[in-house]
Amino acid sequence: MKLWIEKQRYLIDFTLASLARRKARNIGLLLVYTLLVFMLASVTLYTHALRQEAARVLVASPEVVVQRMVAGRHDLIPPGYMEKIGRIRGVQTRTARLWGYYYDAVTKANYTFMVPAEDAPAKGEIVVGPALERSRGLAANNGISFRSYSGKLHTFIVAAVLPQATELVSADLVLMSEESFRAFFDYPVGHYTDIALTVANPQEVKNVALKLSAALPDARPILRDEVLRTYAAIFDWREGIVLALFSAAILAFGILAWEKASGLSAEEKREIGILKAIGWETGDVIKMKFWEGMLISLTAFLVGFVAAYVHVFHFAASMFEPVLKGWAVLYPHFQLTPHIDGVQVATLFFFTVFPYAAAVLVPIWKAAITDPDSVMRG
Amino acid sequence: MIELSGIRKAFNQGRDNEYWALDGIDLRIAANQVTALRGPSGSGKTTLLTIVGCLSRPTEGRVRLKGGDISGLPERFLTEIRRQRFGFIFQQFNLIKGLTALDNIILPGYPTGRPRHELLARAEELLVGLKLGHRRDAKVEWLSGGEQQRVAICRALINDPELVIADEPTANLDSHLAGEFMGILESLAGQGRTILLTSHDPLVVESNVVQNVVDMRDGKLIQHR
Amino acid sequence: MTRPADRAMIFLGLGGLAFFGCFVDAAWLRAAAVDDDAQRLQMVAQLRLTDLALFTEARYTRHPSQADLHSAFQDHPLAIEHFPTGSLIGPPAGLQKVGAGEMKYPAAGTAP
Repeated sequence: MKLWIEKQRYLIDFTLASLARRKARNIGLLLVYTLLVFMLASVTLYTHALRQEAARVLVASPEVVVQRMVAGRHDLIPPGYMEKIGRIRGVQTRTARLWGYYYDAVTKANYTFMVPAEDAPAKGEIVVGPALERSRGLAANNGISFRSYSGKLHTFIVAAVLPQATELVSADLVLMSEESFRAFFDYPVGHYTDIALTVANPQEVKNVALKLSAALPDARPILRDEVLRTYAAIFDWREGIVLALFSAAILAFGILAWEKASGLSAEEKREIGILKAIGWETGDVIKMKFWEGMLISLTAFLVGFVAAYVHVFHFAASMFEPVLKGWAVLYPHFQLTPHIDGVQVATLFFFTVFPYAAAVLVPIWKAAITDPDSVMRG
Repeated sequence: MIELSGIRKAFNQGRDNEYWALDGIDLRIAANQVTALRGPSGSGKTTLLTIVGCLSRPTEGRVRLKGGDISGLPERFLTEIRRQRFGFIFQQFNLIKGLTALDNIILPGYPTGRPRHELLARAEELLVGLKLGHRRDAKVEWLSGGEQQRVAICRALINDPELVIADEPTANLDSHLAGEFMGILESLAGQGRTILLTSHDPLVVESNVVQNVVDMRDGKLIQHR
Repeated sequence: MTRPADRAMIFLGLGGLAFFGCFVDAAWLRAAAVDDDAQRLQMVAQLRLTDLALFTEARYTRHPSQADLHSAFQDHPLAIEHFPTGSLIGPPAGLQKVGAGEMKYPAAGTAP
C-alpha cells in the first residue's frame, strides 16, 4: 500500500512537471474549464433553490382558488355564489378573497391591495409590504395618500410594515380593511374577487375541481398543484434559456478540451516511448495520464462548484439574477435558502469530470501499447 | 551473461517491404566485460541492441539471460527486467525536456516506488561522480551535449543495473568529450558492470577498455574478436 | 512536504473540504432560516396568497397563477400562462428611479 502511494506520488510529480511545461496553455484551459463549471453550477444551484423556495412557500396556499369567468374574462364573484360551493363534499373551508391592483404613478409600480380574512387593519389604516417601505420611505404611523381610480384621494395611516423575512411573498402588499377596500375601489357590495377553498384530503382536490366545474360552469378552479407546476416551469424555462446561451460556450470548450486532451503531439509520443524504454510499464503511463485528467478536471470542478455556491448563496447570484428571476420596479430583497440537489451535483460532476478524464486517456492507450524500441530508431 | 541463438528479426513481416534486419545471430555476451558491436549503418547493430535490451522481441530465435529464456516473456516482465537489470544510454540521449537534470535521472526509479529521498541521494551521488553536481537543477535543454550525455548516463545507472547498453555513445560528441566518455566507460567497467555498445568510432572500438568487438554486416556477424 | 504531488493533493483535499463545506454551510443556513420560513408560511396561509412577489411590474404578471386564460405567454403546455417579464431585456432607463418624473411612454405596468 505504501509502495502504491509512493508510486502514485511519483506519477503525479511527473504529470505536474509535464503540465508545467506548457504552463500558459494549461492554466488557460483550467481557467476556462473552471469558469464553465462555475456558470453551470451557478445556474443549476440557483434555479433549484428558487424552485424549492416557491414549492416550499406555496404549500401553505389554498388548495383551490375559484375564479368566475364572464365571456372568457376574469369577473367578480356575485352575491350568493359562495353558497353554491358549500354543498360540494370535501371542501373544508371557503373564504371569499378581496384583492386588486393599484398602479402608483409615483413609483411607477403596481401594488397589490388586499383584505385579510382575519386580523384586518382598522378602517383608515394599512399594513404595507417591505418593498413599499423602501420605495415610498414608509414607516409605522406615517400617512400616505393614494388617488383612487375614481379620482378621489384617500389617506391611510401605516399601522405596520410586514416583516422583511416574508418579503418574497409580501413585497408589494397593502393590507386594509374590507370597508376601506370597497370605498377605495368602489367595489360593489356583496361582490368578491375570487374564492379560496381548502380541501382536507389532497386526493380529493381533483374531484372537488370536477364537481365545481359541473355545478358552476362559469367557474374556473385553479389548483395549487397547477400553481406549483407553473412556478417550476417558469424557472425551468429561465434555466433553459441560460443553458441554451451557454451551450455554445460548452460546445466550444468541448472542442478545445478534446483537441488539447486527445491530440497527442509527436513530442508527447516520443516521451512515452522514452518512459517505456527506461522501464515504465504501459500501466504506469496510463495512470500518469489518468492523474493528469483527474487533476485538471477535479480542480476545475471543485473550484468552480465552491465559487458557484458562494456566488449564489452569499452574493445573491449577482451575475445571473436578472435573467433567472426577472426584474421589476418593486423587487423583493430576499436571501435564498440553500437547497442543493445531490443528484444535480452528481450529474454536474459526472458530465464535467469524466469526459475530460476520458478524453485524456483515449489516445494514450494507443500510444502506450506501441513498442518501446521506437526511441532507438530515428 | 546473455546468450543469443538463431536470432532473426523482420520488419514489416508479410508485406511487400518485408525486410530482415537480423539474419541468424548466435552470440554470447560475457559478464563483466565491455562488448562493442561494430558495423556500418544498416548492419543491424541497433536492432540487435534493442533485442538484447528487451525493447523488442526477435521474430525467431532465443534470448537467454543468465540461462533463463526471456524471449517469450510477456511485455510486463520484459519491462521489469529492463528496469531492474539494464541501463540505457541512447544516441540522442532521450532526456525529457522541461525537467531538471535531477528529475530526469530519477525517472526510471518512479515505477519501483523507492522512497524519494533514497532516489535523490543516489542521483546526487551519481551526478557528483560525473562532476555534474552544480547542474542538478538546470533544465536539460539548457545543458551542453556532453552534460546531457552525462545526465543520460546517470539516468541509466539510477536503478543500479548489471548491464549498461549504449547506442553510438560518441556519435554526438567531439574528440575531447568522447575521450571523457571513454574514461567514464572505464570506471563503469571497473565497477564490474557488463557493457554492450554499438559504435563505428575507432576511438571507441580500438580503445583498451573494449574487450570484445563484434563485427556486423547485413544482419550477420562476420568476425568475433 | 514540498513535493508537487503533495502540494497538489493538499490543494485537492482543501477543495474537497470546501466542497463538503458548501453542504454544511447550506444545512447551517437552512437551519438559520427556519424562523423566516415559518413566518412566510404563516403569512401565505393567513392571507391565502397564491404567488411569489417576483414579477411585480404589471398587474397581469403579479399573480402568474391567477392570470386570465388567454394571457400573453405560456411556458409549457401544462403550465398556466403568464407574461414572461423582463428576463432578457433590461428595464427602461429611469423606470427604477423612484419619482424620476413623467414617463414619455407608458411603462409595461401602466394601469389601464
